[in-house]
Amino acid sequence: MSDFAKRAETLAAGYLPRTELQRLLDALVSTGYRCVGPRVRDGAIQYLPLDRADEFPVGVRDHQEPGSYRVEVVDDERCFAWANGPQALKPLTFAPDEVLWQFSADASDLSFTTPTRAHPMTAVIGVRGCDLAALRLQEAHFLAPGNRDPAYAARREALFLVGVDCSHPAATCFCTSTGDGPSLGSGYDLALTELDDGFLVWRGSRLADAVLATLDLPPADAQLLRRAKDQQAQAAAAQQRRMPAPQRLMGLMQRLDHAQWDDVAARCLGCGNCTAVCPSCFCSSHRAEPALDGLSGSQVRSWDSCFTLEHSTMHGRPVRADIRTRYRQWLTHKLAGWQSQYGRSGCVGCGRCITWCPVGIDLTAEAAALLETDSA
Amino acid sequence: MPRFRLAVHKFSSCDGCQLALLNLGDALLELAELVDIVHFAEAGPVNEDAPVDLALVEGSVSTAHDVERIRRIRDSARVLVAIGACATAGGLQSLRNRADGAAWLSGIYDAPQHIDFVAQVAPVSAHVKVDLELWGCPVNKQQVLAALKDVMLGVAPRRPTASLCLECKRLGRVCTLVTGSDVCMGPVTRAGCGALCQGRGRGCYACFGPAEGVNTEALGRRLHAGGLTTDDVARRFHFINANAPAFAAAGDAWRRRDGGDGT
Repeated sequence: MSDFAKRAETLAAGYLPRTELQRLLDALVSTGYRCVGPRVRDGAIQYLPLDRADEFPVGVRDHQEPGSYRVEVVDDERCFAWANGPQALKPLTFAPDEVLWQFSADASDLSFTTPTRAHPMTAVIGVRGCDLAALRLQEAHFLAPGNRDPAYAARREALFLVGVDCSHPAATCFCTSTGDGPSLGSGYDLALTELDDGFLVWRGSRLADAVLATLDLPPADAQLLRRAKDQQAQAAAAQQRRMPAPQRLMGLMQRLDHAQWDDVAARCLGCGNCTAVCPSCFCSSHRAEPALDGLSGSQVRSWDSCFTLEHSTMHGRPVRADIRTRYRQWLTHKLAGWQSQYGRSGCVGCGRCITWCPVGIDLTAEAAALLETDSA
Repeated sequence: MPRFRLAVHKFSSCDGCQLALLNLGDALLELAELVDIVHFAEAGPVNEDAPVDLALVEGSVSTAHDVERIRRIRDSARVLVAIGACATAGGLQSLRNRADGAAWLSGIYDAPQHIDFVAQVAPVSAHVKVDLELWGCPVNKQQVLAALKDVMLGVAPRRPTASLCLECKRLGRVCTLVTGSDVCMGPVTRAGCGALCQGRGRGCYACFGPAEGVNTEALGRRLHAGGLTTDDVARRFHFINANAPAFAAAGDAWRRRDGGDGT
């Protein structure tokens, strides 16, 4: 049974007419959240602060292909009729640059402090199933029992997640094959299903109770539910790309000398865009930022990538000196290594690495080519 | 402990990189408290041959006088840091290396006989040992400050080698190659500028020189497929850092390409 059908069996949905969408923003604000949601900026859907329902990308469609992203505006009222943009939750939880700790010294003493981590309570509107799946993967890493990352935790705890079932997957999407969409699985606080004239609204967590009490919505009737179910089934069926099944992906580890790695290395820029837009990639580098006199300073963590030479440099030499071995590291770790580490593949089917690769390398095609023959 | 001694030297260049120091603001005042600035002609002090802990060198080596002078400066400096595209790769003026330099000289100057050109414009590292290179046209305050701190504190200096893309994505910029809004050299260009051009919706023109471990050939193919002629692609590499080996080779390869006639 699909995620949507399961939800429809177990939960009751309220109905919010499109003309009342502003009420949702107002309810979130009155509950104490600032709102962040999708807006078009610099030619792409980005998650930015917003206050008014007319700031949503009304009528916007995205066209995604390997190495290409375009938006257009059509004549309808839908606000979420697009798949995704270059980023969603990752920058909000795993900050691109984060001060982890600070030090200061005087003649007799050396002291260490943690920066204040008071993040504003934020409702993120428009979170997709793939985004929630990636969030769970990031949490498996950053919030692992006994190894909790306080900087990540502080940002995560400030978020209220308003999911929206994905009704318009892009040509680069393949979340149906990874089991992470297009409908929302779990992990949202509040969920929306967008229909032509309004929204089904679903409770996801107790955090949503205050918002739902303010909204006081009438129940959605059976016809609306049927329409939503059809829409979500169509969205799942529309996806063209597929990721091979997890067990087959483990076979990548037996193909470390496959000629396909040379083939992809000739095309790969080595730029690391795939890892920057990947919602589950979590690699970082740390550096000291001292004051000029060296008596105080900060330790800063920044997004890094397995595609840089520096990332694999140990004792002055890069362990993975060519693009072939760096691409291989990324793909085998993401698709196979994570299964051993975190119990599932690190790929959630969002297709961002395909769209935002400037040369349009398609990891589903690379994985398929590597697994096509039995020979290593 | 004796005070740290700093010198700032200029060779063939536009002086723009020295402005990264002059524009440091409060940090410049703080620096002046901590170090003796013994030579910095653009700012005042002149004592070119004084022994120093750190010599920052701007500009390319382009004349016989430059060749003689850079050796003297190396001899008097404990640490020598080349700053900017001219000092690290030869800069814009190294375009004459792949043209008729003598014709350019007589075409521009009224009395070219007073200029003692060397045949090839060269980076500082072609003539003396360089301890650290700061790329960029021009370099920025953050780079210069980081290098000053590292040398003054005696730690191994940071040497960013990765492409601009990661810095650009950390800053939340949208890829102009993928949205089709501008040609961008970012995937093969060294990080460090703070993705300035992308902040204005523009692509990168490679002023920070080649990144390491990237694929210039693949980017050239992408730009050509996107509508640039082979000559256009060559010119994207043969620009400010035309003389940097990775960009020189990439541009040369596109000039030699079959149909390398503007098709």
